[in-house]
Amino acid sequence: MSQYFKNIWSAISTVSIGMKVTFKHLFVPAVTIQYPDVKLELPERERNRLYMNMDDCIGCDQCARACPVNCIEIETVKSLPDEDLGKTSNGKRKALWVTKFNIDIAKCCYCQLCVFPCPTECIYMTDVYEFSEFKRDNLIYDYATLSPEERVQKKVNYEKFEAEKAAQKAAAAAAAAAKKAEEDKAKAENKEVKPENKEIKPETKATDTESKETKTDDKTTSSGNNETKPENKEDKTE
Amino acid sequence: MIYDFFYNLTGSQILAYVIGSLLPLFIFILPFALVAVLLERKVSAHMQDRLGPMRVGFHGILQTVADILKLIQKEDIVASPNDKPLFNLAPVLVFAGSYTAFAAIPFTSAFIGSNIDLGIIFIIAITGLVVAGILMAGWASNNKYTLLGAMRSAAQIISYEIPTILVVLTLIMITGTASLNKLSEMQSGHFWNWMILGGPGLSLTKFLFIPFMIIGFVIIYISTLAEVNRTPFDIPEAESELVSGYHTEYSGMKFAMFFLAEYANMFAVSAIVVALFFGGYQSPVGYLGNTFHLPWLIPIEQFFWFTFKGVFFVVVQMWLRWTLPRLRVDQLMAVCWKYLIPIAFVNLLIVGLITVL
Repeated sequence: MSQYFKNIWSAISTVSIGMKVTFKHLFVPAVTIQYPDVKLELPERERNRLYMNMDDCIGCDQCARACPVNCIEIETVKSLPDEDLGKTSNGKRKALWVTKFNIDIAKCCYCQLCVFPCPTECIYMTDVYEFSEFKRDNLIYDYATLSPEERVQKKVNYEKFEAEKAAQKAAAAAAAAAKKAEEDKAKAENKEVKPENKEIKPETKATDTESKETKTDDKTTSSGNNETKPENKEDKTE
Repeated sequence: MIYDFFYNLTGSQILAYVIGSLLPLFIFILPFALVAVLLERKVSAHMQDRLGPMRVGFHGILQTVADILKLIQKEDIVASPNDKPLFNLAPVLVFAGSYTAFAAIPFTSAFIGSNIDLGIIFIIAITGLVVAGILMAGWASNNKYTLLGAMRSAAQIISYEIPTILVVLTLIMITGTASLNKLSEMQSGHFWNWMILGGPGLSLTKFLFIPFMIIGFVIIYISTLAEVNRTPFDIPEAESELVSGYHTEYSGMKFAMFFLAEYANMFAVSAIVVALFFGGYQSPVGYLGNTFHLPWLIPIEQFFWFTFKGVFFVVVQMWLRWTLPRLRVDQLMAVCWKYLIPIAFVNLLIVGLITVL
């Protein structure tokens, strides 16, 4: 019988305790953050949408290679000797036209591994986390600053340049071969006179031809530089 | 009375009856449901340190309007295995049952739908119709969850009617009337004339009644809470077990009717408690209409006080809902048969002895 009244008492007392608690909480300020209107401040090193500062990119492809999910696609074309691409903010010379720089943000796993290898610190994580799209294609971000025509143009330019260079090389090689043939002839004539030096001579000849080739390369690049410099001057004066 | 007013206005008895009977629906139940749904969400949110609806209107005050617009647009789904006539009839019956209860509730001294002598008995009897509607809905939906919910609901409502009636009987014994209008009139004056404080007059029995009245009030409050299927007695609609009980299969406006019936019921039981124990429409501190000699002001004040008290008990229901966990079925039955009914009986006997003295 006493248990019966104890039960009643415990029921009433526990209910009143619970009601007291909920009544107190009626006046506790809400913890809700009204999200689209009010946004929480993110931590200092949050990792959200990738951003790519194309002005500083040298097209080194290191970020694409660091990416574990292959969400970065880069294609580059070498610049022609007479083209000046300017410098990055930390003083590196740009040498490549970046014809394609796609980040598939849908694939991105926000690991930040692409950020560290970048030599010019031009790819980094931002605090933007609202970038949903209705079409999946819109999530492939194209950061390349060149227009589509320019991209094609750069490729064509480079191919032309390569072809010219190859032609030059071929010409140089032919010239070298002709020289060699002459020398060989001379050797054949000298053979009868000095047979002792036979083993040493071909080696020196080989090194000579190599140095000649490199020399021609240097000449072209240096000449290119020499040509571009006056152009720049003209631009400035204009 | 408001009926005479409409009779003089329209000159037709039928029109006066129709207008009189539609009044509580349009000027009270629908606005009340709008406010109560929002209130429930706001109260629950703030009790859990949340904000609740905030985006429709200032602090979400138009949220229920938006919800109703949405419900009206919804497709009215009737699945092929449903028993169509019963399925369509059930929400109407449930709503009719809870709406009919309003007929005998005195909102003011000037307005009572039907001034019948057996008002409180009529309300309890007509609430039985709701059980039939719920069972109908549960059966016609042809779904195990709805059927389980309906069975639980029927068992619960029927068993909790007993303590309710026992407490009502106690009051009828003291006052000698079953008409809610007369009961309210008896408790006129100030709050010390209310039944919870022993009723009118200043005699020894009044003070003897007080503890038993408080016990009676607690019992009737708990049992009416169970009758309207609200937490902690919400096992018929236990969301975590039965999806949402007997109205799982309903959509659109039929669902809205169940919802409306639930909120109408909440107010109806609060109104019964108010009319029985807290002076009905009587003001606790006297009327401004009396002090300023403006007789037309009194019914408005009475309506205000009645609504105020009723809404207060509705808020307490919400407060309980967001405090207590749901009872198990065996606990539910134990509370009713082991605790409420014996105590109500003893209460009835003691009050009977005091009245004889």
